[in-house]
Amino acid sequence: MNKILLIIKREYLSRVKKKSFIIMTILGPVLMAGIMIVPIWLAMQKPDKQNIEVIDESFVFRGLIPEKKFIHFDYPEISFEKAQEGFYDTDYDAILYIPHNILEGGKALKLFYKKQLGIATEEYVGNTLSKMMNDVLLTKNNVDLNLIKDAEESSRFTVLTEELEATGKSKKTNTGLYMGIGFGAGILIYMFIFMYGVQVMRGVMEEKTSRIVEVILSSVKPFQLMMGKIIGVAFVGLTQFLLWVILTFTLYSVATVTILKNIDMKQIQQKEEVMKVGSALNYTDMKAIQQPNEVTKLWNDFKSVDIVSILLCFLFYFLAGYLLYSALFAAVGSAVDNEADTQQFMLPITIPLIFSFVIAQNVIQDPQSSMAFWFSIIPFTSPIIMMVRLPFGVPMWEVALSMGLLVIGFIFTTWLAARIYRTGILMYGKKVTWKELGKWLFYKT
Amino acid sequence: MNILSAKNIVKKYASHTALDDVTIDIPTQSIFGLLGPNGAGKTSLIRIINQITGPDSGELFFEGEKLTQKHVEQIGYLPEERGLYKKMEVGEQALYLAQLKGMKKAEAKKKLKEWFEKFEIDAWWHKKVEELSKGMQQKVQFIVTVLHEPKLLILDEPFSGFDPINANIIKNEILHLKKQGSTILFSTHNMGSVEELCDNIALINRSKKILDGSVKEIRKQYKSNTYELEFTGNMMGFTNAMWTGAELMEHTTEGEFNRAQVKLLGKTTSNDLLQAIIPVAEIHLFKEIVPSMNDIFISKVNEGNTIGTKSNFSE
Repeated sequence: MNKILLIIKREYLSRVKKKSFIIMTILGPVLMAGIMIVPIWLAMQKPDKQNIEVIDESFVFRGLIPEKKFIHFDYPEISFEKAQEGFYDTDYDAILYIPHNILEGGKALKLFYKKQLGIATEEYVGNTLSKMMNDVLLTKNNVDLNLIKDAEESSRFTVLTEELEATGKSKKTNTGLYMGIGFGAGILIYMFIFMYGVQVMRGVMEEKTSRIVEVILSSVKPFQLMMGKIIGVAFVGLTQFLLWVILTFTLYSVATVTILKNIDMKQIQQKEEVMKVGSALNYTDMKAIQQPNEVTKLWNDFKSVDIVSILLCFLFYFLAGYLLYSALFAAVGSAVDNEADTQQFMLPITIPLIFSFVIAQNVIQDPQSSMAFWFSIIPFTSPIIMMVRLPFGVPMWEVALSMGLLVIGFIFTTWLAARIYRTGILMYGKKVTWKELGKWLFYKT
Repeated sequence: MNILSAKNIVKKYASHTALDDVTIDIPTQSIFGLLGPNGAGKTSLIRIINQITGPDSGELFFEGEKLTQKHVEQIGYLPEERGLYKKMEVGEQALYLAQLKGMKKAEAKKKLKEWFEKFEIDAWWHKKVEELSKGMQQKVQFIVTVLHEPKLLILDEPFSGFDPINANIIKNEILHLKKQGSTILFSTHNMGSVEELCDNIALINRSKKILDGSVKEIRKQYKSNTYELEFTGNMMGFTNAMWTGAELMEHTTEGEFNRAQVKLLGKTTSNDLLQAIIPVAEIHLFKEIVPSMNDIFISKVNEGNTIGTKSNFSE
């Protein structure tokens, strides 16, 4: 037992001290924080101000198009032809041409530009004008616009989902959040198994090709060496994961604190502007102001998830899934002499992994389907699929069954791998076939 | 007292038998040579003694006790194909391997420093193995093998890959360790080193043991009672003087100077032969031709192979 601890220690320290580990540990959170922060940062970027000259032959919109911070409209009293001719002598970014018969279903609006306008500008112009035209046409037919507005206001609703438990208590749910948590956890497990499974395989191959293995095997049993490596690498993975979590949240909170200051300022400005414009457009801007409430709502929903048990399950599937696969990776590493030969044996191991990743996208749409059930019970796919299902609520007995089978699964793969390993590790210069691997299973030690 | 006895060891792989009923006894504080052509089964036997693999049948005893995992700490093993972790520091790695053999860290460190100084590689403690020359790595490997002062030292082809200087260092260390009470089992092709070092040998060919015993005994056994002579004198007179007591195997003549190989027949002794030829020749050299281990090795292996249907030389 003491010897296996020595092996675990070596496997752990030799990896944690590596430059690549340190780089990955620092880069990971930077990337992840980036993924979280960049969208916020991008949303805060003000587009360049666009100046547009409006040639309105219909006289319907003249002087009336509401402006935004990034769009300014001018209404020069010149003809369309003249405006086109003199376009490049002006500072305008675009000409908006509204034909005279626009209200009678005439030709379409035209937007001429020097440089491609942003999609936001194009959409804004299109949406605003069609809304205005809509209002004009309705007024023309003696429809009270206020009536429509009221109807729109009162018919707007959101679907609030609540889970009604057997006890009669109801629980607010948020499907989107559950999808996020489930899928995130599934991806993490998938990545972890792959990254560290391959590390185990490389480690075994390193010992075999450097020929140190025979020296070590004169001191310890092959099984001790294999398990020591698998457990040592598992600790490396846990360490990296823990550091990532800590670093990501530190980075994220530091970043948001600095950015949030700006957001507050921005929101106050926006509010003032909305007051000023006070047109049909204030609805869209109102929504932006409501966003902080959305965040608090999300946070409240987040609290509705049973975070502790999900975390515990995550840790379990994280480790048990890794143990199941890494034993197989170790067996592959022991059977080959070089990296190129690993391909044929890697495939059957990676197929269930990739497969579970693919069906995870299906399971997330319908977490209670029988497909979701079976794949969250079968050991080879359960680490990923069960994690995807868990946030939506899974009956206790299913979780227990899945965990029990996974434990049996990894004991089985470890046993299988140990039998291949002890023969393969001392076998050199032989291109190993599947048939050969099968024979090794039945060799006496 | 035998430090190690292997009784009736059989080891079969799917398609061939690696060891077929092999029995060897290694006396304590001796040097035992395990000989045989490539693929004969030497490494299989060594791995079984190291408990890296197990025999299909047969038993092993260490100092009379049944060999178990607890004995690994009293055995040191230097495999034929040997390596180290390339990315690990030399000192750290040697410490790790020593601890795997059951040594305490502090003790291992102290002993390692002594050995490193003795082999003049103490400056390399913090270097990574990949920065070391092959000779340096071999020294480190040897140190790691003997550091825990094993009672039984197993060296598989210890001299292959060593340059002559290192080989000589290792040879002296082997003799020194034996003097201190260790027993050494080594496998080799190098028959010169067998004659020089080994007290006993076992010859394995095609998974069977075909010869064993003490080196002196074996060489005596394979003596053909042949003597080499150099003399000046008349060759004809010399031949007549031998009469029926001996047979002239071959000779060369350069004027008065003759060289001859003579086989004694019947009860004739070397003294009889000398008395007979002294009157006719002036003797410069007279010596018994004792077969070298190399000759014995080749003749025994060939003998075995001609009986069999195919050669077992795998290389």
